[in-house]
Amino acid sequence: MTSASSSIKIADGTTKVSLSWLNGWTLGTIVIAMIAILPIAAVIFISLTPGDDIWEHLMSTVLTLYISTTLGLMIGVGIGTLLIGVGTAWLVSMCRFPGKRMFEWALLLPMAMPAYVIAYLYTDILEYSGPLQELLRDLFGWKTKREYWFPEIRSLGGAIAMMTLVLYPYVYLLSRAAFMEQSVCVLEASRSLGRGPYRSFFGVALPLARPAIIIGISLVLMEALNDFGTVDFFAVSTFTLGIYDVWLNMNNVAGAAQLATVLLLFVLFLVLSERFARRKQRFHHTTTKYKALPGYLLEGWRGRFATLACALPVVFGFVLPSAVLANYSLVHFEVAMNPEFIGYAVNSFMLSALAAILAVAIGIFMAYGVRLRNERLLKVMVRMASLGYAVPGSVLAVGVLVSLGSIDNGIDGFMRSNFGISTGLLFSGTIAAVTFGYLVRFLALSFGSVEASLGKVTPSMDGAARSLGHGPLSTLRRIHLPMIQGSILTASMMVFVDCMKELPLTVILRPFNFHTLATFVHQYASDEQLGEASLAALSIVGFGILPVIVLSLAITRSRPGHAEEEEVS
Amino acid sequence: MVKKKIMKTREVLKVAALAIVTVILSLTSAFAAEEVNLYSERQPFLMDPLLKAFTEETGIKVNMVYIQKGMLERLKAEGANSPADLILTSDIGNLNNHLEADLLQASQSSILENNIPSHYRHPEGKWYGLTTRARIIFAHKERVKPGEISSYEDLAKAHMKGRVCTRSGKHMYNVSLLASIIAAKGEDAAEAWAKGLKANLARKPQGNDRAQVKAVFQGECDVSIGNTYYMGKMQTNDKSPEQKEWASAVNVIFPNQSDRGTHTNISGAAVTKSAKNKSNAVKLIEFLTSNNAQKIYAEDNFEYPIKKGVALHPLVESWGTFKADTTFLSNVAKQRILATRIMDRVRFDN
Repeated sequence: MTSASSSIKIADGTTKVSLSWLNGWTLGTIVIAMIAILPIAAVIFISLTPGDDIWEHLMSTVLTLYISTTLGLMIGVGIGTLLIGVGTAWLVSMCRFPGKRMFEWALLLPMAMPAYVIAYLYTDILEYSGPLQELLRDLFGWKTKREYWFPEIRSLGGAIAMMTLVLYPYVYLLSRAAFMEQSVCVLEASRSLGRGPYRSFFGVALPLARPAIIIGISLVLMEALNDFGTVDFFAVSTFTLGIYDVWLNMNNVAGAAQLATVLLLFVLFLVLSERFARRKQRFHHTTTKYKALPGYLLEGWRGRFATLACALPVVFGFVLPSAVLANYSLVHFEVAMNPEFIGYAVNSFMLSALAAILAVAIGIFMAYGVRLRNERLLKVMVRMASLGYAVPGSVLAVGVLVSLGSIDNGIDGFMRSNFGISTGLLFSGTIAAVTFGYLVRFLALSFGSVEASLGKVTPSMDGAARSLGHGPLSTLRRIHLPMIQGSILTASMMVFVDCMKELPLTVILRPFNFHTLATFVHQYASDEQLGEASLAALSIVGFGILPVIVLSLAITRSRPGHAEEEEVS
Repeated sequence: MVKKKIMKTREVLKVAALAIVTVILSLTSAFAAEEVNLYSERQPFLMDPLLKAFTEETGIKVNMVYIQKGMLERLKAEGANSPADLILTSDIGNLNNHLEADLLQASQSSILENNIPSHYRHPEGKWYGLTTRARIIFAHKERVKPGEISSYEDLAKAHMKGRVCTRSGKHMYNVSLLASIIAAKGEDAAEAWAKGLKANLARKPQGNDRAQVKAVFQGECDVSIGNTYYMGKMQTNDKSPEQKEWASAVNVIFPNQSDRGTHTNISGAAVTKSAKNKSNAVKLIEFLTSNNAQKIYAEDNFEYPIKKGVALHPLVESWGTFKADTTFLSNVAKQRILATRIMDRVRFDN
């Protein structure tokens, strides 16, 4: 996005050998992008197939409701995650206060908690018949609902709160990585020019971190937009709930695909307008001097406030729900602990790890492909390829079904007519199909964070490396990868955790007799019997946080200049 | 020249394709044992005991994928090559959707014709009901006086204002109930009913059928709508004994006994058009309607057996006998789209 003219010049200036490399890279990027676009194209194709016209009905009934609820959800979750995510990221990256070291990774923990699980747990606690309201009624002698007011958890506000609690880590993660990759020199320049810490934050650090924060927020918004589990459980009429309604209750998959396409265009519009707004801005770092982060010392009430501000999201997003889950697991241990359980956990872990590695590799490949050859067509294609995140999971799964089904049946037809042999379904209903679904869905996560991070590497680095005789691959390996290490780790962690929690794609695409922790939880959760599946839910969280903690430590170490910090402290 | 090149490419393609085929065939031949492949909308924890019993009895291995949403699309996309031999659904609506999408095939079996009453199976054997459940009213034992409520229509009357709880109007069970009212009394009457019911709700629709009884127990509302088996599940829940208390707070009312009868729905099975193991699939359906399996359904899940003569669970029996709405379920299923639209028009969930 940022190195347009310069990298083309580099490309043009290089030798013949690296030019052929370049072509291979561009070609590869195009091919991968096209494969990733297939399921989305399939959804658009389905939307064009004939079906009952739903628009007139929706417009005269619930469409405005869907739109206003969805916008409300997006605004609420957007503001909530922005405040918590950026605020805590700034505190732990730039300040010193009690508990800072722990919060660096603890703030990520809620990420491992699936939104529908936390929604279920909080409903148990906060609803009218839950322990909290019961306690209040006992304390104050209230008898019925009409005698007092208590916020309704199963509402838009409740959905915003639940999603904010589990989604803010995306913003935290990306903005923290951005703050840490920032050269302290610019902050020092700001300070020495007479700006205080607050003005330096709002005037320098925040604008510099804007691309990363925006990516974090847009990931959060897409997650919120696509959520089905939580809004279904709370009966909050979002656009996505409307898509499922048209699809399943009105038996109209074409209409559902039309709605999903509208949603997709809306997301595309948001992404493009943000890019347009900062089209002239560049975010390269112009210096290679990294020093230990300043670590403003927060003392007294400031320190306590910082500790509290970081503790609240962790307590409500992770500690409390995990404690409730652990309690359920004890009660339901016999049902939950069946011998196949370990197998489900292994399936979840292996599949998520595989998807994370592939997604990051492809993300790097594509982001670098765009950097090497900054052409509009390539940019558009890559952008399209990472749109899978903007489509509700089950709808994307149908897109995957249709595209893989056509490929399989196409091959089968070809083999039958030419050799009289049937190959049957090669991809459909296999682990490969599930992995493909994950990749299409989560490419946005890996590509987005790698791209944002690459954007900060000044093109003069490429120039220097290339003029010293290094080809694109060698430049990537020796210059870029070490510089964006932190973002690569971040990306793999996000994809891994998201795959652990992933439900609709796994359910719809999986082979026979194949279970993951998430699908095991789902069969009980769909009947509101989470107690029986609490151990599995807890395991999703447990397996999810393991890499979160490990990688978080690695990210801290990955920052240039970090070693100095170690020596200082 | 060009022709030669094409020939060459074709030959290379042929060799490559043959190599792939040999690999695949050698892989698939490992799975040649007797089996049947199942796409199920019903949860594994529910089906496992039944399927295990089937394998023990017949030696046929059952492979299953549990899919709630997207089953139809998967069958469609996989086409004639789909490995699925049969589907299991928890509602007539989904059976009907598969039927209309031309994904099912007819099968004849005198055992099935004997086991299943004719209004609970497709005339040509394209789908079969396995169990039935009634959509009933749970009424608080003290706060609802005898005779205050005896029909679905009563739920929408003025004296129930602020006293009714239900799950989402878009849930398939409520959509089917509304569809049955459309089938019985027409669109306008059904819309008026939905509007009246909405006006009487004590709270925004939420939770499942069980959660509504909990709300009645806690005093949030006086009556709720729910499927019969939830009552049995609560009455016997040793893991969460508080649910027994919820259940003991309410009476079971079978609505509309003096006119069309209580709305009932079925869980069902159907053989797919693509079935490779058709006879095994029919065997599995036959097994699921046998005395043995019907007893498991009745005892484990408190459903009404579809086969006459199979004993009810004593709890289910204690709720009493009832007259069921005998409108052919396919005709009810046809009204589901309209029912969904009515739910939108009256903004039932908001």
